Amino acid sequence: MNKRITEAFANGKAFIPFLTCGDPSLEITEQLVYAMEEAGADLIELGIPFSDPTAEGPVIQEANVRALAGGVTTDKVFAMVEKIRKNTKIPMVFMTYANVVFSYGTERFIKRAAEAGMDGLILPDVPFEEKEEFDVVCKQYGLDLISLIAPTSHERIAMIAKEAEGFVYCVSSLGVTGMRTNITTDIGAMVKLVKAQKDIPCAVGFGISTPEQAKKMADQSDGAIVGSAIVKLCGAYGKDCVPKVKDYVKEMKDAIRGLE
Amino acid sequence: MSKGRFGIHGGQYIPETLMNAVLELEEAYNHYKNDPEFNRELTELLNEYAGRPSRLYYAAHMTEDLGGAKIYLKREDLNHTGAHKINNVLGQVLLAKKMGKTRVIAETGAGQHGVATATAAALMGMECEVFMGKEDTERQALNVYKMRLLGAKVHAVTSGTATLKDAVSETMREWTNRISDTHYVLGSVMGPHPFPTIVRDFQAVISKEIKEQMLEKEGRLPDVVLACVGGGSNAIGTFYNFIEDKDVRLIGCEAAGRGVNTAETAATIATGHLGIFHGMKSYFCQDEYGQIAPVYSISAGLDYPGVGPEHAHLYDIGRAEYVPVTDDEAVDAFEYLSRTEGIIPAIESAHAVAYAKKIAPTLGKDKIMVVTISGRGDKDCAAIARYRGEDIHE
Repeated sequence: MNKRITEAFANGKAFIPFLTCGDPSLEITEQLVYAMEEAGADLIELGIPFSDPTAEGPVIQEANVRALAGGVTTDKVFAMVEKIRKNTKIPMVFMTYANVVFSYGTERFIKRAAEAGMDGLILPDVPFEEKEEFDVVCKQYGLDLISLIAPTSHERIAMIAKEAEGFVYCVSSLGVTGMRTNITTDIGAMVKLVKAQKDIPCAVGFGISTPEQAKKMADQSDGAIVGSAIVKLCGAYGKDCVPKVKDYVKEMKDAIRGLE
Repeated sequence: MSKGRFGIHGGQYIPETLMNAVLELEEAYNHYKNDPEFNRELTELLNEYAGRPSRLYYAAHMTEDLGGAKIYLKREDLNHTGAHKINNVLGQVLLAKKMGKTRVIAETGAGQHGVATATAAALMGMECEVFMGKEDTERQALNVYKMRLLGAKVHAVTSGTATLKDAVSETMREWTNRISDTHYVLGSVMGPHPFPTIVRDFQAVISKEIKEQMLEKEGRLPDVVLACVGGGSNAIGTFYNFIEDKDVRLIGCEAAGRGVNTAETAATIATGHLGIFHGMKSYFCQDEYGQIAPVYSISAGLDYPGVGPEHAHLYDIGRAEYVPVTDDEAVDAFEYLSRTEGIIPAIESAHAVAYAKKIAPTLGKDKIMVVTISGRGDKDCAAIARYRGEDIHE
């Protein structure tokens, strides 16, 4: 297990914001990381844009399009992370698609990510059955390949949990990423199935946007992940988004602070 | 290593949310493919409803005109709904019905697979929704109307490049949204396992028939078989029963668009690299960072940045050849087959005709070649007329 990721869950419920790197620019992404840390974020998910993000809803799809149109590349993201890591110890994981890693050269990508100071990797299009080609290399370089479980996983949860590293990403709902009014999945039951296999933190993502939802989800798990609601602010406010995102992250973190 | 591999290609690179759905599909398919009742029902649908077996037609004028190999055309264009797509769709929708699904979703490029899916859904009483790139809904307005006429709901996809790849992405997204009552009728030999295998098995009827018909007409196997390749379903159907017959040359014709040296191409094997996308490891047109390329072809059905994993493997091991054919060559062949044989082929199929035209004269008169005409060309007439500078509209 990566040490920084374990520490992210050491002080109560974790708040995990997501950003699409380079939306609106890599400079703003860097400032957002510092601002979110100050606002109380415990771990940050950095999305490397992909042309065809099949697990994303419209908000993050559009952010990917904007970032790529702005000239963001995997190498530029690595350079940004290197710079950020000089200034902060906050745990950071990449969220991207298998082809971004594979086409860069799986080992070359993971080695570079580890050297730049990343702590983990989330690949939503790599399920348990396909994880080995990435996982072996992640272990070699000390990165945690984060496993996902979904409301449809049922009996697969035990198998996935046994080999999970870092934390387990609990997908709250069917469908793609994006804000939802209601989350009806029994998160508590999913988390229980994980913990029966392994003592590993579980964070819930997909559909969370309000402090009430974050509180409800974190109450049944070890943390809440928020993507689209933040990316929407980046889209709406562009280069002026930093204070807006900072206030939002603070409000969300405050909502889950102090939960047992 | 995961299941569903063709050499290094294939696999199941999909979100966890869909894993149980593909596992359930695999289990059901493994059961029903050996079920006599399922096979009886499917054969009856293929024969009585879709009009199989399709003809293996000796193209005497084309043979004489080109002065080389004897040319036969496998007439998938004569199937109900006008293309080979119906073979796979009847199989998958019947399978979905056996699995207790009540709703089918599908992607479509030119609209042929969408129309076929809407047709099978109408026949078997299933709810149907089709995802089609917005650009394609405009290029193929008639097919959009047909799908609606057949009772399907058509969604115009505006994400990405608003073409076939985006329609596939959007259909996958919709499947993750609603799984329990819904089957995704994937239209080609692509996507996550078990789709490349299921679609290939349902399309393999093409080569099974070619073999029987050829033995009956000529008493021997053909020397060359040709088909166009986008995702590659009619091509794998055309090749499959000849893979073990090493003396039969298998040639897949890719859409080169404006040429393989331009950015406006969809020739995946000629210009692509190994990658992971839409559930599979295979060859894809992409940039150095793995961003999927916005491909181009005059043919909406071949306008896809990837190729099925079994084709990628047949290429790797040298069993099949893949050749690029440009828009210009395909349009010439579209007109050529219309004039010489009175058969208007789909612009997709015209890519195979174009390459047949090119190589037939180089082969001896004792050689036999089979070209699969995967679909009929009615849908393309307006676009080809415009390509030639004649402004007609449907």
